[in-house]
Amino acid sequence: MTDIPLLEVRHLVKHFRVGGGLFGGGSGLVRAVEGVSFTIQRGETLGLVGESGCGKTTTGRCILQLERPTSGEILFEGHDLVPLGEAELRPFRRRIQVIFQDPYSSLNPRMTIGQMLAEPLAVHGIVPDRAARAARVQELLRHVGLLPQHADRYPHELSGGQRQRVGIGRALAMEPSLIICDEPVSALDVSIQAQIINLLEDLQAEFGLTYLFIAHDLSVVRHISDHVAVMYLGKVMELADRKSLYDSPLHPYTRALLAAVPIPDPELEARRERVVLKGEVPSTLRPPSGCVFHPRCPIAVERCAREVPELREIRPGHRAACLLA
Amino acid sequence: MGVLLEVRSLTTEFATSGGVVRAVDGVSWDVQEGETVALVGESGCGKSVSALSVMRLVAAPAGRIVGGQVVFKGRDLLQLSEEDMRRVRGREIAMIFQEPMTSLNPVLTIGRQLTEGLEIHLGMSGAGARARAAELLGMVGIPDPERRLTQYPHQFSGGMRQRMMIAMALACEPSLILADEPTTALDVTIQAQILELLKDLSRRLGVAMLIITHNLGVVARYADRVNVMYAGRIVERGSARELYANPRHPYTLGLLKSVPRLDEPRRARLQPIEGQPPDLTRLPPGCAFAPRCAFRVARCAAERPALAPVGGAGHLTACWEAGRLDRAPALR
Repeated sequence: MTDIPLLEVRHLVKHFRVGGGLFGGGSGLVRAVEGVSFTIQRGETLGLVGESGCGKTTTGRCILQLERPTSGEILFEGHDLVPLGEAELRPFRRRIQVIFQDPYSSLNPRMTIGQMLAEPLAVHGIVPDRAARAARVQELLRHVGLLPQHADRYPHELSGGQRQRVGIGRALAMEPSLIICDEPVSALDVSIQAQIINLLEDLQAEFGLTYLFIAHDLSVVRHISDHVAVMYLGKVMELADRKSLYDSPLHPYTRALLAAVPIPDPELEARRERVVLKGEVPSTLRPPSGCVFHPRCPIAVERCAREVPELREIRPGHRAACLLA
Repeated sequence: MGVLLEVRSLTTEFATSGGVVRAVDGVSWDVQEGETVALVGESGCGKSVSALSVMRLVAAPAGRIVGGQVVFKGRDLLQLSEEDMRRVRGREIAMIFQEPMTSLNPVLTIGRQLTEGLEIHLGMSGAGARARAAELLGMVGIPDPERRLTQYPHQFSGGMRQRMMIAMALACEPSLILADEPTTALDVTIQAQILELLKDLSRRLGVAMLIITHNLGVVARYADRVNVMYAGRIVERGSARELYANPRHPYTLGLLKSVPRLDEPRRARLQPIEGQPPDLTRLPPGCAFAPRCAFRVARCAAERPALAPVGGAGHLTACWEAGRLDRAPALR
């Protein structure tokens, strides 16, 4: 039983049909997620990185079953969620929670923080008794580093960091096993980001939580993740444990991403080699042939435009989708 | 190299429901010819309002410049007539914003938006302006410029729009560009392209730049000198090298320590700055950073420290306890 990973995503595909609208813009198929596979072990954090449009958020939404996948399997403790109906999904929904980038837009402006934390406890019958619920709200506030008096405040009275703590508290209220963290710190000030990351780590240690940490900031992802998957145009380009991925990246896209991150040290930056990737991310409506990265790849050869590279194990536990790796 | 822009004791206030907020509080800084200077800080620190004040674009009636001077090439911009100021904007000082889509007109072609400035400021016309517009697009790395001139902003990607903004900023060959979070809305690989382009063009054309950002990495890569802002004031200033190697304000030190770095071994735990960002309607009488500061002493709550020299070579800090921060290895 303990061998079963908490989450296993197999060959996940999500296409969106678009267009054919009023102005006759041609219709097409957005290939948002194109055959993504990974596993997350209980108590671990998988970082999912990539630029906008790479499919990382859609992958998260498919796991949450906010989007129904086009094909593929999403195994939660070995149970495939994809074929399940809404009623069958309900017990799983409670155990998979989400934290969003912008807590302000996901909090009800007319409810106090206390009401917002109590709501899921009541609706899902987690704590049916009213007095016990108030006590549980206080406990949740403490867990996320807020004060008892914050229960009576409204979202607009809180700072961005405090609102994100409320968002985390709401997820925690459901007693989840897995939390999808979708850019949870990218809207926060630099000085507050570290507070929230430390909080997420503390909660993971205390409650044995498992995280899928979706972000574009490679430094933050390195800090928090045990394993990291790099996505580009709907596909996983590289997947490895944190150390291998950052110390010896195999995919030219991963290398370019790492090189693009400026390091807060002027002396080091002055010596550093600049690898600036040319071109822009192509449209998911018309992904390039062969390796989707080949038009921007600094080391692409002729066959990269023809052959689709498999995500294959190059070193033990280190996979890359590159013909030249 | 002479002084191009000198901001002296600039103070800008906003009327809010919570009272008058002093977004920029008696701030002084300068930009030398051809130099790249950074204004760094977190949301609400006054860095964007500083740039808008220089351009006299602070939204009235809520916002108002209540004091100070903005001396550009020897003239105080705050004393100019609105008509004279219009000639400075775009012609001599250009601005680039974070979100290019909000600064571009969606119903005008790219070509029209580029030639407009050339016609108004430089008196160019027809074919001449069009040729120059195409040249500008080429200069910022937009392929096939002739065809691109006939397109509309929505036909451009985010990165292309920011290139277009840079082309517009450079159109009249200004001597100063104010770039307010120019790459924050862009992906990492595109961010690198745009910043390299800006740096390369500013060097080649000798344009001075003020980069406004919260990203310490961007500052380290591109700025010659740095001003760190907190709660409407500059708390530390110095050359980029000196300031990063030897931060002498607890806020600067805290920022540098709180970010995970790719070039260092992964730390077991991040070291955040504790507490919340300051509420500008309720600032303490002393140092605004004192409530969050690990170095605070009794004096910090009562007396506000002024920006004063520390060490050499133009390094200044506004901290009573700066002496304790001098290359203290235990802090790193």
